[in-house]
Amino acid sequence: MFGRLTWDAIPFNQPIPLITSIVVLLVIAAVIAWITYNKWWPYLWNEWITSTDHKRIGVMYIVLALVMLVRGFADALMMRAQQTVAVGASQGYLPPEHYDQIFSAHGTIMIFFMAMPFIIGLINFVVPLQLGVRDVAFPTMNNVSFWLTASGALLVNLSLFIGEFARTGWLAFPPLSEKQFSPGVGVDYYLVSLQIAGVGTVLTAMNFVTTILKIRAPGMSYMRMPIFTWTALAASLLILAAFPVLTATYAELMLDRYLGFHFFTNDGGGNSMLYMNLIWVWGHPEVYILALPAFGIYSEIASTFSGKPLFGYRSMVFATLGICIISFCVWLHHFFTMGAGADVNAVFGIASMIIAVPTGVKIFNWMFTMYGGRVRFTTPMYYLVGFMITFVIGGLTGVLLAMPPVDFIVHNSLFLVAHFHNVIIGAVVFGVMAGYTYWFPKAFGFTLDERLGKWIFWCWFIGFYLAWFPEYALGFMGGTRRLQHIADPSWQPYLDVAMVGALIIFAGIVLTVVQLIYSIRTRERRLDLTGDPWDGRTLEWLTLSPPPHFNFAVLPDVHGEEPYWTRKQTALREEQLIEEPDYEPIEMPVNTPTGIIVAFFASICGFAIIWYIWWLAILGLIGAFAVFVWYAWRDEHEHIIPADEVRRIEQERRRIRTELLGQWKPVS
Amino acid sequence: MNTRSRHWNFRTRRIIAAAPLLLLAACNRGILAPVGPVGSAEKMILINSTAIMLAIIIPTMIATIGIAWWFRAGNKRAKYRPDFEYSGAIELVVWAIPVMTVMLLGGIAWIGSHDLDPAKPLKSANPPVHVDVVSLDWKWLFIYPDQGIATVNQLVVPVGTPVSYRLTSGTVWNVFFIPQMGTMIYTMPRMATRLNLQADKPGVYEGISAHFSGDGFPGMRFAVHAVSPAQFTAWAASAHSGPALDAQTFEQLQKPSSYVKPFTYGSADPKLFDYVVAGRALPPVSPKTTPPAQHVSPQPPAGHNNVR
Repeated sequence: MFGRLTWDAIPFNQPIPLITSIVVLLVIAAVIAWITYNKWWPYLWNEWITSTDHKRIGVMYIVLALVMLVRGFADALMMRAQQTVAVGASQGYLPPEHYDQIFSAHGTIMIFFMAMPFIIGLINFVVPLQLGVRDVAFPTMNNVSFWLTASGALLVNLSLFIGEFARTGWLAFPPLSEKQFSPGVGVDYYLVSLQIAGVGTVLTAMNFVTTILKIRAPGMSYMRMPIFTWTALAASLLILAAFPVLTATYAELMLDRYLGFHFFTNDGGGNSMLYMNLIWVWGHPEVYILALPAFGIYSEIASTFSGKPLFGYRSMVFATLGICIISFCVWLHHFFTMGAGADVNAVFGIASMIIAVPTGVKIFNWMFTMYGGRVRFTTPMYYLVGFMITFVIGGLTGVLLAMPPVDFIVHNSLFLVAHFHNVIIGAVVFGVMAGYTYWFPKAFGFTLDERLGKWIFWCWFIGFYLAWFPEYALGFMGGTRRLQHIADPSWQPYLDVAMVGALIIFAGIVLTVVQLIYSIRTRERRLDLTGDPWDGRTLEWLTLSPPPHFNFAVLPDVHGEEPYWTRKQTALREEQLIEEPDYEPIEMPVNTPTGIIVAFFASICGFAIIWYIWWLAILGLIGAFAVFVWYAWRDEHEHIIPADEVRRIEQERRRIRTELLGQWKPVS
Repeated sequence: MNTRSRHWNFRTRRIIAAAPLLLLAACNRGILAPVGPVGSAEKMILINSTAIMLAIIIPTMIATIGIAWWFRAGNKRAKYRPDFEYSGAIELVVWAIPVMTVMLLGGIAWIGSHDLDPAKPLKSANPPVHVDVVSLDWKWLFIYPDQGIATVNQLVVPVGTPVSYRLTSGTVWNVFFIPQMGTMIYTMPRMATRLNLQADKPGVYEGISAHFSGDGFPGMRFAVHAVSPAQFTAWAASAHSGPALDAQTFEQLQKPSSYVKPFTYGSADPKLFDYVVAGRALPPVSPKTTPPAQHVSPQPPAGHNNVR
């Protein structure tokens, strides 16, 4: 009846997961009770859960990312603590079967459910605004994408309470992840949840490729798109090309595990090298799926806070597209030590180094964007400078790893782990934190506290160096990754410093929560009534903060690369706004519960597949399909915002802007 | 006394050499303290490449901070140029610097990949010693086909002599790695990889698995004893007194265990490695007593043993 699911799946005899489970369940119960007590359910349901507004969906993605950051970081602290105490004679407090789940969950959660939703959330929120349009191409699909991602996150976290998670590392290499060596449900949790979340990710990419290619404000040609939008397009194209490979790879591993196929098994003609190749055909572009939008965020910030257009815009676009293409030609550098011939290794090594060229160009272009500017050192700018310094070190170690003869001695080492945390923290995390701070006032109408923001930056910056430079050194000492026990006592001081670094980063994460609460409580002092708190240059700063549901009362006419900046300067010089347009009613997509219901059935189906409860899996599939059919037969697609309502909102915006004409000075 | 002071000198020199480059890594083991030609060559490429790139990135870091600071909003002396957004000359330079750096490093990578190809035999006047490596859950089995002996978690090699390894796995993937000797390589089930290493300094070095292979992974450590050729010959001869590694013993050995103490088998089937690669069980009787033809399948093994 219940497949493999029995009471043994609940970790009654393991204090750490049991206590964690109870605490998490209590927190969830408390949140639900709080929402119920305040009667917030109708508001949450109507304004958020069923929303097809790209801005609301973007915010929900970021909330998911922040929650998963806390979960993933808890894993990181447990790992660091284990390695600090499990040195020499001590075995530490985590047995291997538990420790191995923690590092697998850490990687999986941080990449798929922290970094990806954060980046996709920012893309969702910003791109339609930057394009000067009212929504994405497929608003309902956007909502479905989010809820499928959330469904994957739910299943991964469910493994903490029911059963176990994979003990194979975050990429689940076979044959270790095959049934023969991992008979438990851990790998199944991993595969099923990532398959569900992967559908959401691909749908998002389709949505943004379509939106950016087909829906832009009048006059916005490709070479007039803001650079963040360009990077969002590049990342979406990468997702479209790479994620199907991941889905196919996981499907093959699932066939092996569920139906006794032999894609990657030791016997029956299987070949585990195939998995290694396929997973990295996805895995290396994935790095750029995360990094390119982060580069886009830095470009926007460099330009805005230097008071200058981005230096070398065309170079930046070509560099972005160059990285996009080359990133598919380098996957083999993840396994130079697999025994390929010298020619193959050398070609892939050099191809990998070539990525450093466009990336280096970007660094220099940010530098020259600041050159001749009036640099305002706000929190996002701290992240930009901190990133530029940190990232060149990550680039150096990356090129070292791309040299086959060097990789032969640092492959899979703590040096490698330090390298990818150097680029993921130094580029992606700094980038999303900068973007979060930069666009927060656009989303909510008030800025985040700057002083706390800088504290958070310093925690991440110092914490990163303390946590990861010792790991670089340990890599040179022959330290390999994923060790539940450290045999060599001479590593102790390095591990201790790394632990201190992790705790400092933890302080930064705590401060992020403090900053959010503090900024909400003191929002009256930091309201952004202008819609343009940073003296911005791209179209998202044209509209109100927070923007109305339809973003723009009239789609802006685009002439040139910086339409909003030009328009603002003209208005300031002429001391009048552009002529008031004729207002027309606006059609906007209606809310839909499709996403959350589909995700509900997908979660049920996924859970049932993990536990071999086949009747429930079929019910889940039928449910999801039925929702799809029901949605396809809907009558009502759009609701109309009357012209008077549009006029009221736009005239309010014009009133504010007219007031500003006297206060702001044009740039000479 | 003599050896001790030499050892001290060696350490001192090494620390002095490494300290300016990597302040943190004043280590006494690991890849910065190579004991053979492969590791030394790789360390040299590591240091040279790092130096080349530092010559680019240190000025870049200084310039980043310098430009950001000089052009701060409050600095009245900095000239504001709000329209400075393109310069062909600067574009040329910013593309040229990374291109030239990568061309130089790419050359090093191309030559290095060929010189240090793990499968390439090392140049030496001495004929190589052959060792077959089998990773198991979670220990290392080393078979000396020429000597007819085998060891677990203990590798004995003669100094100044190339050692030619064939490697495979009886279970999941692992990586065979002796940090102080250089190049690591995967051990993969049903496939054989090749590796050539040499130790030039006598001593005891540690070996590890550098690819996560399951719960017992941290215990997959082995000791590498680099001894004089005479000592090696003597050790191999004396090792014959140990128990035999036959089908039954091998089956026992394959059962998962970790942190396994070093152990020596007095005899081992020189074809054991091929059986593991082919995914076939060892014949129950020692092959010495029966003609080998009965045990060799007329068909080639089903595994992928053509991976170099």
